[in-house]
Amino acid sequence: MSDAQTRIEQLVKSNDVVLFMKGTPLFPQCGFSSRAIAILERLGRQYETVDVLQDPEIRQGIKQYSDWPTVPQLYVKGEFVGGSDIMMEMFETGELQQLVGADA
Amino acid sequence: MPMMASEIERLIKASIPDAQVTIRDLAGDGDHYAARVVSRSFEGMNRIRQHQAVYAALGGRVGGELHALQLETAVPNTENLSE
Repeated sequence: MSDAQTRIEQLVKSNDVVLFMKGTPLFPQCGFSSRAIAILERLGRQYETVDVLQDPEIRQGIKQYSDWPTVPQLYVKGEFVGGSDIMMEMFETGELQQLVGADA
Repeated sequence: MPMMASEIERLIKASIPDAQVTIRDLAGDGDHYAARVVSRSFEGMNRIRQHQAVYAALGGRVGGELHALQLETAVPNTENLSE
């Protein structure tokens, strides 16, 4: 396992809810990342973010980690959940709230 | 490099022959699309696998040549989404 894969695995396993994104929650650098943050904010639960633009190794490595070609990517309790489209679908059905243990 | 909506549809149907594909050009710039793909082959696959099947059909273009593809997948007979 490459160094980047090990680092990604650590980030995924050590945070209950972690979003790999472009930019930061305050300044997302892409519409999809912005949408993902909006959903996480609505969940009202603590989350971590990793700005892939600050780390070329992670930016490349995250695509292989879950065989998923795009960012953002959400991980909950160590498991890959999906990108922003899946997040939106799961938010609308209430599955995402259930998964992260949010109130609403 | 912009991609035509018809090319996206052609590629998806080439590897998922029964797919019903609906594509919307979101920004009119040939670079931001929303696609809805309905196929029986998605049966028994979770959402991640369904999306991966579409990404595979597009052969590595998503995230590169095709920057923005909003994607929705479904199986025909479990359709209960309002259109």
